[in-house]
Amino acid sequence: MLQGYGMVGLYLLLSFALLGVVLLLWWFLRPKKPNPLKLETYECGVQTVGDAWIQFRAQYYIFALIFVLFDVEAVFLFPWAVAYNQLGLYAVIEMALFLLLLLGGLLYAWRKGALEWV
Amino acid sequence: MAQIYDFIYNLLPYLGAWLRGLLQSWGLPEDAIFLIIGLIKAFLLANFGLIGFAILTYVERKIIARFQDRLGPNMAGPYGILQPVADGIKLLTKEDTMPAGADRWVYNLAPLIIATCALAPLIVIPFGPGAVGTDLNIGVLYALAVGAGALVGVLMAGWGSNNKYALLGAFRAVAQLISYEIPAVLSVVVVVMVAGTMSTVGIVLAQDVPYLFVLPLAALVFLISGVAEVGRTPFDLLEAESEIVAGFHIEYSGMKFALVFLGEFIHALVVSALFAVLFLGGWRGPWLPPYLWTLIKMSIGIFMFFWLRATLPRIRIDQMLNLNWKFLTPLMILNLIGVALVDKGLRAAGATGGLWAAGMFAFNMAMLIGALAIPGYLGHRARMAAMASASGEEPEALEAVGAH
Amino acid sequence: MTLIQAVFILFAILTLGAGLFTVLSRHLFHAVLYLILSLVGVAGLFVLLEAEFLAGVQVLIYIGAISILIIFAVMLTRGMARNPGPPLNNQSLAAAVIAGLFFVLLAPVIAGFPWPQVTQGVPADAIEALGRSLVDPNQFALPFELASVMILAALIGAIFIAREKR
Repeated sequence: MLQGYGMVGLYLLLSFALLGVVLLLWWFLRPKKPNPLKLETYECGVQTVGDAWIQFRAQYYIFALIFVLFDVEAVFLFPWAVAYNQLGLYAVIEMALFLLLLLGGLLYAWRKGALEWV
Repeated sequence: MAQIYDFIYNLLPYLGAWLRGLLQSWGLPEDAIFLIIGLIKAFLLANFGLIGFAILTYVERKIIARFQDRLGPNMAGPYGILQPVADGIKLLTKEDTMPAGADRWVYNLAPLIIATCALAPLIVIPFGPGAVGTDLNIGVLYALAVGAGALVGVLMAGWGSNNKYALLGAFRAVAQLISYEIPAVLSVVVVVMVAGTMSTVGIVLAQDVPYLFVLPLAALVFLISGVAEVGRTPFDLLEAESEIVAGFHIEYSGMKFALVFLGEFIHALVVSALFAVLFLGGWRGPWLPPYLWTLIKMSIGIFMFFWLRATLPRIRIDQMLNLNWKFLTPLMILNLIGVALVDKGLRAAGATGGLWAAGMFAFNMAMLIGALAIPGYLGHRARMAAMASASGEEPEALEAVGAH
Repeated sequence: MTLIQAVFILFAILTLGAGLFTVLSRHLFHAVLYLILSLVGVAGLFVLLEAEFLAGVQVLIYIGAISILIIFAVMLTRGMARNPGPPLNNQSLAAAVIAGLFFVLLAPVIAGFPWPQVTQGVPADAIEALGRSLVDPNQFALPFELASVMILAALIGAIFIAREKR
């Protein structure tokens, strides 16, 4: 089994290196004509105002929170799904209970307006 | 004649066996053989991705042009097939600009991370029996997980550029990617449940009937969330030119821009490859060799991407989030429970093979029609209510409309 | 030293080194990136233990979800990048001494502990066995359902706290 992951590691390192070589080739070929105007932040020619670190809506954070919780739930499903063919009806009912509770949570979020983009 | 057919049919396993035999005849130790074969496989797979990217840029422009009644690229070489080469040379001779105030390491590493994470799932895609990079026990989970690594790359690109629009684009991109990961994962769970394994090879072997005909709803949801995860039209609001210029990769030029772009195209390639493996039966098919079937089925998914791009307009961010959280996610949770129950019921009734597949198909289609009809009805009701209130009718009349 | 030991040391250095940089980085965003690198190292350690499912979960949940959540939280804090301040305060020396003493105290205990040895390898159907035991009433069925209740509670709490006051 570790051989399979050795292969994965080899592949990841090689793809990273291959893309790095492309960037290296570019470094040799590209023209270098520095000019302070080129370093300006690109905003379609308009002068940049203020900082890039602007305030973001808290909405993004709520969606990320809901996502984390559903991701955790999905991870519980994977081993259950692999074993599903050898399990009886009780396993399906347990999983249905598990999922319906979370669906209830999603409905709660919906009712509370956490899913609205305002 | 039969021998030639057999050779072409089993080309990839034969090549592998020949290479292994050749290395063994040189008297190399087993570890060295593993390393050399692994490196060759990895090199071929990475280049499959890179060359696939080059071909896809050309094919996309050509197909979109045809949809719009244009010619598309036609100057570089016959039918313009050398266009990707010309593009590559152009990008290689472009100057590198790094905006003032950019976070040097973060800014420069981000495209590499995005492109590598996009290439990573290719290693579990099977191209035929015995022709897979490596057959992991957690194959599909691996493919989903490393795809999520690109999120970090996107945030790094957005943050490192020191540009408001880049950061805003990165936020949008990540909000969209994480949202649509949930239905994608759930539809994969449905497939894993029916196949009884997470290995990509195992899932292909389990599909005596392609799962497109057993689990059409999961297939549809996987395709929709796949389009959203790749960020293509109609889900390309993360690079809406008219709103946030170009999204998180606005400050990138030359080859770094190409790597970000490569990430997007390879992601499309990977999603269609996963779609082929999970729902279209992977390499399985009559007459043609397995690797050809894999490529044909992958191109079906790719063509769907281009077709959608040529057909649909862009949606807004609230529509994007509503579609996912209020429709696809609850639908997939119910679908998962329903498929599990119906499968157990059909098995208990002794249905196997075609009968079982027909039962599953019927259930999924019924659920799909129901799922489309209910929001359609609710939307209609809401529209009627809105129209009634807009025309200044009595509250009683509004309630009467709402009651229907 | 076998190849696996070498890879283990590599991943251990990656995990610990990135963890150290997470704490010492002056820049909040860089600290998060180092934290992600550290989590990658942990995933590698899981793979070396042949706990491939846990490794997949580590990448999917911690790198793909929780680190994103942390980055969002960092981005929502206004001005944290402008004026980070020094990562160490004037108690750093005392803390280092106490941590060092604690390590000296703990190291012989860890080294002398009779760790249980696993003689046979991980069974091929480990993930299936995990799935079976999750719904087996004699094993983890109750904790499994409680996990769902806990996620639900977390969801409700998150919405309650994060919702903007109107």
